[in-house]
Amino acid sequence: MGEAVALEGLGSRASPPVGGTVAPATRHMTTLVVENMHCGGCIRTVERTLGEQADVVGARANLSTRRVTVETVGPLASEEKLVAALAAKGFKATRLADERPADEEERQRDFLRRLGVAGFAAANIMLMSVAVWSGQAQDMPASMMSLFHWLSALVAIPAVAYAGQPFFGSARRALAAGRLNMDVPISLGVLLATGMSLWQTAAGHHHVYFDAAVTLLFFLLIGRALDSRMRAQAASAAQNLLGARATAATIIHPDGRAERIATRAIEPGMRVLVAAGERVPIDARVASGHGAIDESLITGETRPRMVAGGDQLYAGTINLSAPIEAVATSAEDATLLAEIGRLMSAAEQAKSRYVRLADRAAQIYAPAVHVLGLATFLGWIGLGHGWEPALTAAIAVLIITCPCALALAVPVTQVVASGRLFRRGIIVKAADGLERLASIDTVVLDKTGTLTRGEPRIVDGGRIDDATLALAASLAIGSRHPYARAVVVAARDRGLAVAPAAGVTEVGGAGLIAEMDGHEVRLGSGRHCGITDADANAATLWLRIAGRQPLALHFADELRPDAREVVAALKARGLAVEILSGDRADAVAEAAGDVGITEWRAAQRPDEKIARIEALAARGRKVLMVGDGLNDAPALAAGHASLSPSTAADISQTAADAVFQGEALAPIIETLAVARASERRSLENLAIAVGYNILFVPLAMTGRLTPLIAAIAMSASSIAVTANALRVHWAKGGRTS
Amino acid sequence: MTALAWLVPVALGLGALGLAAFMWCLRSGQYDDLEGAAWRALDDEVDAGPAPTRRNAKGG
Repeated sequence: MGEAVALEGLGSRASPPVGGTVAPATRHMTTLVVENMHCGGCIRTVERTLGEQADVVGARANLSTRRVTVETVGPLASEEKLVAALAAKGFKATRLADERPADEEERQRDFLRRLGVAGFAAANIMLMSVAVWSGQAQDMPASMMSLFHWLSALVAIPAVAYAGQPFFGSARRALAAGRLNMDVPISLGVLLATGMSLWQTAAGHHHVYFDAAVTLLFFLLIGRALDSRMRAQAASAAQNLLGARATAATIIHPDGRAERIATRAIEPGMRVLVAAGERVPIDARVASGHGAIDESLITGETRPRMVAGGDQLYAGTINLSAPIEAVATSAEDATLLAEIGRLMSAAEQAKSRYVRLADRAAQIYAPAVHVLGLATFLGWIGLGHGWEPALTAAIAVLIITCPCALALAVPVTQVVASGRLFRRGIIVKAADGLERLASIDTVVLDKTGTLTRGEPRIVDGGRIDDATLALAASLAIGSRHPYARAVVVAARDRGLAVAPAAGVTEVGGAGLIAEMDGHEVRLGSGRHCGITDADANAATLWLRIAGRQPLALHFADELRPDAREVVAALKARGLAVEILSGDRADAVAEAAGDVGITEWRAAQRPDEKIARIEALAARGRKVLMVGDGLNDAPALAAGHASLSPSTAADISQTAADAVFQGEALAPIIETLAVARASERRSLENLAIAVGYNILFVPLAMTGRLTPLIAAIAMSASSIAVTANALRVHWAKGGRTS
Repeated sequence: MTALAWLVPVALGLGALGLAAFMWCLRSGQYDDLEGAAWRALDDEVDAGPAPTRRNAKGG
């Protein structure tokens, strides 16, 4: 790409005058993520809406990745206009944070190319092999057979050289590192089969296995291509989720000029403007302004913290009320984020020691096969048959044991399993995540944002009449404070129409005021509503309508709707469940009691969470950590396996093995159920693969293997394991009951 | 048997043609959005509409 971009059907609208005023080189691409794009109608609306915007010359939606590539004249200064235009049509769009195409996509294309070549070669060689096989039954002249063998060689040798690269490369790297993986016996089998067939062809013999070698590569590449496709899909979905977060910040230059720059370009000492509702981009100290900060992702505490001049702000927290100017503090300082990052990478190193099932199988399988091959060779020599038939028999053993079924067994199962989870909104990110999820016996849950919704709800709404609630909501709708949002949600839940009230002003860190029918209406803290003896720490909002008794609204962070059932279901499966929270002890105790968990720890710092998980691991427990906050990220990395909701902090989603979407916790059960079903199928597949070897290896050792038997055995075992893997798709899912 | 002299090259040639077509599809991004392509086929207005423009829709 890069040179002139082909444009069709542009017509005259929206495009600059043709004739070179704008060179194609100045056209720029921007990628937007449109979450709720589901059908053909959506594609059309999105593309048309964007196409009508000024400076936009074209838009192309990709329904599979939920992304739209927008082409503009000149670089796009801000995506806000495009996002607003889409929002007007009901689409929720965000700019993709990181526009580099994932490596996985390129790898997937590479696998498809090699798959195409292997498929072409396999089909054509099989055509000639069938001719030879049927010719042997009748009376095909030896010269004709030789011609077909040579033609097969002509197709097979370049195909093997090209399509086999991924396996040869992986085997070479493993051997260089002194290890054995599944690709070592595969490469050996394919190369020996090809080499021996060439030699047999030249010598005019019949042990020609080109068809087996190429068909084998074809089947194996199907497995790899599927695996890579699934991984590319997960990678792009994970990238989309991260894209929803702000990666730019507004800084104020000494001359008072404001500029939007990338978060990573912020230097210590810069003045940063954090608008209401925005995430704090970096650790900073408040210079002017005051307001409420939502720190729930960092501390697990749902109640907003009030900050004023001189107070410390942490990156990742959300400014709820009024704009705040802050000075970025030194990045070299032991900032919270740096500390968490350090803890996380230490914890991840420990986890990288996990060895995947297929590699564990290979460590037993590969040496066993090579010993069998050697034994066959020595046996034939020992029986006085000479080196030539001995070598043929030994190579036949290596060909028939070439672990096609074994190498397909695990990846195919995992592809089917992750595909099933993907459709339910669970994205498995780690390659070995499913295997680790299958073996866990202890579940450690974070409280805020994991067991609970992470956002407060009105607890005693029943005693407030509809008219009052609607009035409070019409004020609250203009604010981003979590309590205000909870009021709006409560009103909507009752089916009340919520229209924004006119002339609402927000007093930073205190509350809202409006004039309604000549009365002053206030919604906010006790002091804001003139209540002098109110407990400033209580989770309460006051509503004061002039001339009437002030009304208190109480809030609590509600449990997710199915938290209790999920905890019960986890226990019913024999798993130990406990809570590890950064929140206050009384809040944790209450939540633990409500869901029926007896083991809980409160006020845990990130390093204390890791210490607890390591203590469990030291006792031989396999821990699943489920968490969402920044403070959970190190614990997520330390756990044997980890899950996080899609509302989690970026760093936590990055650390987690899988991310689930939606309100419910049931995906935890579903994930565990599918992971276990997938492990069972993988083990069965390994058994099928070994069983087939027990059947055919004796034939090869005694020199009775023919090219026809080899071809049938290879295909049959591959199809058997694939069919078995597909059963995961219909396995019993994660019902909570 | 002389038929083989041209039948075999024809068979291989047809196979190679299929392979070339597959490579072309892959390169021109036709496998990038399998879901969307199914829907676009149903859309009567695509040709008349202004939006879909680039032949090669890789993100950039």
